[in-house]
Amino acid sequence: MPALPAPERETVTGLAYTRFELRRTFRNRRFLFFSLGFPIALFFLIAGPNKGEHDLGGTGISAPLYYMVALASFGTMMGMVSTGARIAGERQVGWTRQLRVTPLSSVAYLRAKVITAYATAAASVAALYVAGASLGVSISAGRWAEMTLLIAIGLMPFAALGIFLGHLLNVDSIGPATGGSVTILAFVGGTWFPVTSGVLRAIGRCVPSYWLVQAAHVALGGSAWGMRGFATVIGWTIVLTAAAAWAYRRDTGRT
Amino acid sequence: MLQTGFLIRDLSVRELVTMFASLYPKPLDVDEAIELAGLEGLAGQRTQKLSGGETQRTRFALALVTDPDLLVLDEPTVAMDVESRRSFWVAMREFATRGKTVLFATHYLDEADQNADRIVLMAHGKIVVDGPPTEIKARVGTRTIRVTLPDVAEAELASLPGVSTATRHGASVALVCTDSDAALRALLTAYPAARDVEVAGAGLEDAFIELTSGA
Repeated sequence: MPALPAPERETVTGLAYTRFELRRTFRNRRFLFFSLGFPIALFFLIAGPNKGEHDLGGTGISAPLYYMVALASFGTMMGMVSTGARIAGERQVGWTRQLRVTPLSSVAYLRAKVITAYATAAASVAALYVAGASLGVSISAGRWAEMTLLIAIGLMPFAALGIFLGHLLNVDSIGPATGGSVTILAFVGGTWFPVTSGVLRAIGRCVPSYWLVQAAHVALGGSAWGMRGFATVIGWTIVLTAAAAWAYRRDTGRT
Repeated sequence: MLQTGFLIRDLSVRELVTMFASLYPKPLDVDEAIELAGLEGLAGQRTQKLSGGETQRTRFALALVTDPDLLVLDEPTVAMDVESRRSFWVAMREFATRGKTVLFATHYLDEADQNADRIVLMAHGKIVVDGPPTEIKARVGTRTIRVTLPDVAEAELASLPGVSTATRHGASVALVCTDSDAALRALLTAYPAARDVEVAGAGLEDAFIELTSGA
């Protein structure tokens, strides 16, 4: 029997896959309504009545700016973690299994998920910025950019968290799991009111959501995060990425 | 192509097939795959709005667009209606004429009989027979005579030469024969009232029962 030729290992870029994933995400109206519309509604509800407050809870930050960033953190966390719900849905209908037998590499697959998560987060942030500006938030272009960059970095752990939960849980449990974890993280991180002292702040400083909200401090000048912030965010990113990789391998039997 | 499962939502059939094609180094033309699967009229339809049979045909288009040399199908027509099933097998034939191999598992033996060039029958994990459908059916060696003949007992008919069993269904009777020529002569001589006579070779299902029951 003649030896079979070695299987061709042609890699595909996964660019088209990413493009269609994005298109799919932004076509889902219910998803858009809840991930974009919900934080905006909350923002106007909370920040609207406190429009004139220029030193919210001793933070030195105006209420609209604080809540703009706080709700941007909430909205983006939601956006990032909701990737998990989408993954769980795809697993349920057998799509993940279907993809596994294609030449699409794990890296390309996960990259598409992260890019899609960031795209929804970006849409959420942009919407909140417009809402913030409408309530008088006004900072320099450099500060906007710096704040956005910090938010983007601060979201890394959440990209991993979404993938971790998506490959770990099924459709029935993913909703409560993502909703619950985001609610707790938002509470401890200071989304609803500033956590400036006490036990809550001690806990807050250990979770990545706290640092997302702290991005608002960019408006005060100087460094909004410091070593502590970067260390916390990067630490969580490493831990959750490892967890996501574990869940993905366990789920797909792929290395 | 997997038997169960739905498709991811929020894409049109064409977009989904295009996306899938992009994952393979040498895909078939997207329009060609859609046409082969008989989905021309549904190319713009969102995947979440497809019926069961349409979903199955879309999954078939996904399998085709990867341009495989070997297509493995596990009960591909389960969710399809009669029309879908028919156009599915036409597409399958068309695909096979391109020099491709289609391997399918099915519980519908008629389907295997009509569409397969080669059939492998398995019972209890062992291959019982392997060959073209005509050869498999010929191995059974029985034929069935169907005839309209009321008021004659089954046992009486079963004792005719060449007949092994007789089964009555209302006014008609089915006679399974080891020698249908002898049985037919004897039948028409003994019962001149017999009419609407049909003689058929064994179906694949009969062959299946006969070939697997001994195992």
